Amino acid sequence: MWGTAVSVDVRDGVGAASLEAVFDWFQRVDDLFSTWRADTEISRIARGELRLEAASPEVRVVLALCEEVRRESNGAFDITFGAHERVPPHPGFGPIDPSGLVKGWAVERAADQLRAAGAKNFSITAGGDVVVRGCPDGESGWRVGIQHPWERDRVAAVLGVVDLAVATSGRYERGDHVFDPRTGLPARGLSAVTVIGTDLALADAYATAALALGNQGMSWLADLPGIEALGITDDRVVVTTPGFGDYRIA
Amino acid sequence: MRRVVPVILATLGVLALLATFHTTPASVTRVAVRAPAAPPAASAPPPPTSPDSSATTPPTIRTVDGPIVSNRFGDVEVQVKTQGGRLIDAQAVQLPEDRERSALISQYAGPKLRAEALRAQSASIDIVSGATYTSDSYAQSLQAALDQAGIH
Repeated sequence: MWGTAVSVDVRDGVGAASLEAVFDWFQRVDDLFSTWRADTEISRIARGELRLEAASPEVRVVLALCEEVRRESNGAFDITFGAHERVPPHPGFGPIDPSGLVKGWAVERAADQLRAAGAKNFSITAGGDVVVRGCPDGESGWRVGIQHPWERDRVAAVLGVVDLAVATSGRYERGDHVFDPRTGLPARGLSAVTVIGTDLALADAYATAALALGNQGMSWLADLPGIEALGITDDRVVVTTPGFGDYRIA
Repeated sequence: MRRVVPVILATLGVLALLATFHTTPASVTRVAVRAPAAPPAASAPPPPTSPDSSATTPPTIRTVDGPIVSNRFGDVEVQVKTQGGRLIDAQAVQLPEDRERSALISQYAGPKLRAEALRAQSASIDIVSGATYTSDSYAQSLQAALDQAGIH
């Protein structure tokens, strides 16, 4: 799925059909939004073959959300970064690329769907973007580990969260393939950013924007209401917003 | 930088005793009794009155390096000065590499942000939040290990 894996962990009884429906949903999202395939709506819009007004409601909602975050971030989040003259062509980079938001948005919608089907205690994660609802049995929260950027089998911090969204964007997986849309130059300064919020679509997009903002990314996040964040700098310093510690258990 | 100070001072209070104990065991009791009244960092000036103050030559000042102790900002070594068996000064001396590290970390901290050294931890977790973009990286990831361990 989008070249990554989706994990759904339901701790209370829902039928297999509900789980199937969740994976069908992710398939639909891939069919609409993938920049790796030519036949998706997003690729057709990018080529000028599909007008936005004629696109699916999901595509229009996502592109409107992307535009909101672009304004909020003064262009540090911009789905047209791939069209910048300085950005070299790269597999998976489309001239319109909402990947920085759509994964989180899709997981958030999947969580709504599971909840509507009666699930109360579950987590869903896709490529590191996590939504948790309720708690594992007998626990006070879900323990979400934040991947250590340079040691694959270790974590840099652990959160205890209930009913929240956690999104991580990192350059350690994509190397120099994260670009500042404002300059078209590779992002520098932050290796990874984790954002905690109530909506995974926004958390995902904010993490992507902060990565592009580099050294200014964490102070930009600190000013956003309802958001806490942890950033790991290229020189191995952990920077956090003041309220981040409230969620941290290790 | 202000944030670093209390941590180092707290370490210092303990270390001053440790270091003294290590080098001059006979003086431990006296130092330990005085330490709570005056924090080591504030005891920089030598006490004006000592039992030997009438003598023409004051007791020599001994400078002793204490053990190296790690805290979250790096390694710290404490240097203590004693005179006539009394603790007259204690200073945290950071190793050069860690001094750079601490300075770097404090540059990131500010009114809006906290900063600390990156640590690698092994902890019991339910889910991983991390940038895994490819199926290759997923296969090697913590999340894959968790998924395999789970009874889904």
